[in-house]
Amino acid sequence: MPLVFAGVCSHAPGITGRAHLADPDQKDRLYRAFGDLREQLEASKPDALVVVAAEHFANFFMNNMPSFAVGMADRYEGPIEDPDWLNIGKFTAPGNPDLSKRMITEMMNTVDVSYAEEWLFDHGIAVPLSFLTPGFDLPIIPVNINCQGPPLAPLHRAWAFGEALGRAAELVPERVAVIGTGGISHWPATPDSGRINEAWDHDFMDRWCRNDKDALLDYDDLTVYADAGQGGFEIRTFLSISAAVNGAPGTVHFCEPIPIFAVSCTTATYDLSAG
Amino acid sequence: MSLYYVQKYLYELNRSQLVQQAHRDDAELAVRSFGDGGRLTEEEMNALVQPDIGQLYHFGVNGQILMHFAAFHQVEWPDYLESMREGIRIHGPVREGVYALTTELDAVNAQVHARDAVENPAPERPEED
Ligand SMILES: [Fe+2]
Repeated sequence: MPLVFAGVCSHAPGITGRAHLADPDQKDRLYRAFGDLREQLEASKPDALVVVAAEHFANFFMNNMPSFAVGMADRYEGPIEDPDWLNIGKFTAPGNPDLSKRMITEMMNTVDVSYAEEWLFDHGIAVPLSFLTPGFDLPIIPVNINCQGPPLAPLHRAWAFGEALGRAAELVPERVAVIGTGGISHWPATPDSGRINEAWDHDFMDRWCRNDKDALLDYDDLTVYADAGQGGFEIRTFLSISAAVNGAPGTVHFCEPIPIFAVSCTTATYDLSAG
Repeated sequence: MSLYYVQKYLYELNRSQLVQQAHRDDAELAVRSFGDGGRLTEEEMNALVQPDIGQLYHFGVNGQILMHFAAFHQVEWPDYLESMREGIRIHGPVREGVYALTTELDAVNAQVHARDAVENPAPERPEED
């Protein structure tokens, strides 16, 4: 059936790990925005949540780097990081290998994806889940788009992947929700950590809200790197969800630069009834 | 130099408590048994053993891998950032990997400026009175 919920959000490890170093008022407003996102997700009564993330060398490395990978395990453990560093305790999230398999099989008609029956969640998935399913009780289907180790799949392939994901969700009877998580501009874990290009972020999110395919694909990695940092490569996660929702426009609920979290922290949802 | 294997060692250390324990017990032995036989240079092995976070950043180790190695050594976040800056001051720009794109970008910009200078030469300054 059609997607029951679709949104995007940030996943920076500082959001949980360095929460005590942020302005408390701003942090509280961000956390409330994540709470609102959780309520919207819960109201959609999903059977499973597909998390389209950009992991950071937790499962995938340059010895065998898939452009697109989908989890097919019955359970997933996390976080791979030190729980004290991330401020998220060890958890096990349920999967749904049967649903994964059916969706992957459908997606493979138009895109080549890798699958993984083993997957340790890093902050890219653990941070969003700690807000969206804090009891880790909703079946998760993790997806990874390589946004870390170039060569990266070009944006139009991330778009094609998103279209395949939306089509696969539509063809299964389960109520499938999707969330894309990534940065907009940021220079994570580098000496420039904390640098944020707010104007670039607003321009990107404007294109995202309009779900303007041509505008969303009108970037190249070298200029993204110059304007939005290495973290900007993660726009692939946001725009893949845009491709999955049949042109539905989006609404930004929160988008503010929080340098100690290294990114413009963002929550946003698609108006699926308008898709 | 072998950025791939420097990162591979850290990738495995970040993922595995067994590798972490081996590194804690005897970093020299753990790094050498991984890096001997030409995978790692002496310089790379030394940087991993010390650890020299700044030099590892200069080598091009991705921050998404390096920050966990720093946390493993109880390096606080501001000190981690400062170590990388110090590494660049001492050793020079990142020499390989994704952050070396900065160098590539500088080269592209220089080419564009050079081309613009040829196509649109700056107007000659009027003779000064
Ligand atoms: Fe990320």
